[in-house]
Amino acid sequence: MARYGMVIDTKKCVGCMDCVVACKTENNVPEGYNRDWISYETIGKFPKIHQEIRSERCNHCDNPPCVYCCPCGASHISDTGGIVLVHEDKCSGCKACIAACPYNARYIHPEGYASKCTFCIHRVEKGELPACVSVCPTYCMHFGDLDDPQSEVSKLLDSRKFHALLPEAGTKPQIYYLV
Amino acid sequence: MHELINTRHNLQIDPHLHIWGWEIAVYLFLGGLVAGMMIITGYFILTGRTKNTKCSCFLIPIVGLGAISLGMLALFLDLEHKLYVWRMYLTFQWTSPMSWGAWMLLLVYPILILNALLRIPEEIGAKFPKLTTISEKLNGHQFTVKFLGAASMVTGGILGMYTGVLLSAFAARPLWNSSMLWILFLTSGLSSAAAFVHLVSKDVDERRMLAKADNAFLIAEILIIVLMFVGSLTSPQEQQEAVKVFLGGSYTVYFWVFIIGLGIIFPLIIQMASVNNKIRHTALAPILVMLGGLILRFVFVFAGQASHWSTAVFK
Repeated sequence: MARYGMVIDTKKCVGCMDCVVACKTENNVPEGYNRDWISYETIGKFPKIHQEIRSERCNHCDNPPCVYCCPCGASHISDTGGIVLVHEDKCSGCKACIAACPYNARYIHPEGYASKCTFCIHRVEKGELPACVSVCPTYCMHFGDLDDPQSEVSKLLDSRKFHALLPEAGTKPQIYYLV
Repeated sequence: MHELINTRHNLQIDPHLHIWGWEIAVYLFLGGLVAGMMIITGYFILTGRTKNTKCSCFLIPIVGLGAISLGMLALFLDLEHKLYVWRMYLTFQWTSPMSWGAWMLLLVYPILILNALLRIPEEIGAKFPKLTTISEKLNGHQFTVKFLGAASMVTGGILGMYTGVLLSAFAARPLWNSSMLWILFLTSGLSSAAAFVHLVSKDVDERRMLAKADNAFLIAEILIIVLMFVGSLTSPQEQQEAVKVFLGGSYTVYFWVFIIGLGIIFPLIIQMASVNNKIRHTALAPILVMLGGLILRFVFVFAGQASHWSTAVFK
């Protein structure tokens, strides 16, 4: 089985937010909510200062606390590449998954169910890239099978230094940031 | 400098999590109160106090039924997809404390109802003679009565623990993610229940016994809180930062004045004096204990949502 993940090159990302707009358009994300967003992390003391710009979203963790805490079985790991998804018609809107996510990647859709990034599974199943990846003007975002050593994402992780977000939370996030 | 800015501003999520409001705090308080009531009822039944017709063990299950129903109503009001609440009862997710809790609540009801049936109030018995017949049958079997007492204690214990485990299972919220939370909430539930029974009991000896028991629970609560602070302050940085909301942070006054001062120490002093016959029994102490228990749930529900792994880096 494939294990889908993303590799994002922070040396190329300029924080243009095209990925954010593409996601909102592709997935009809309601006004006032975001499934993906841009983070600017600044470290150092002037003039020795460093800024990392990241496109962030649900990390589709291998050890997803949002799935484990769901009392309805609505949050689940999909057979398609281990993507973490929500069955809208099973969700009671208890918000446990939102409290469980260390990335605050989920929100309650105005219709009442928990919602989040799906890696655009409807596109991936047709062999297309997630909307955010497909529109990136700097080609900093890469999507693919992390279990396939020949995939672009695996080769990038083999050749570059990278980090994930909050690995100490123990969730095994599947989005990697090249540094 | 180490600064993090992001472009997200999701409702209820940013600038910090605030998905759960008064409903969850009230539910956790009432759940703990009913858990304590069940443990006290079970103890009264197992120690043969049912022979005393004034025993509160006949009243508590009826109040408990009302309290747990109110708690479940609060929980229901908190749901965002209310019409899908039944989905919780089509599955059992063993990794989800909330799923355990949902099923546990269904077990609490029959036990409370059977406990209430042990002694039917005369007015109700006159209207529904069938209930009196069931009550007589139940009381006819000592084993059944003892079993009900034991079941009440065990179920109450699990319910009380669950109210803490529900929050402590969220590793993403360092303040909640403490192995002491279940015992703090269980002890606080027992303390609130003892205070409630103390308040409503018609039996002088029972009131005195419950005031003494409540003193023990309040002292235990202080010890547990001290141990919780020791545990958090000797843990990794995110835990240290999380507990600082009570040590100079935004919840310091609520915690030390309303929970520790007015909810534990002040009523403890009053009850110590009353059980040692220095002053008369007063309703003030149990009322303060219950209010303290309620504020404890509010403070933990709100402060816990504000705590996050990133606060270890970005203060």
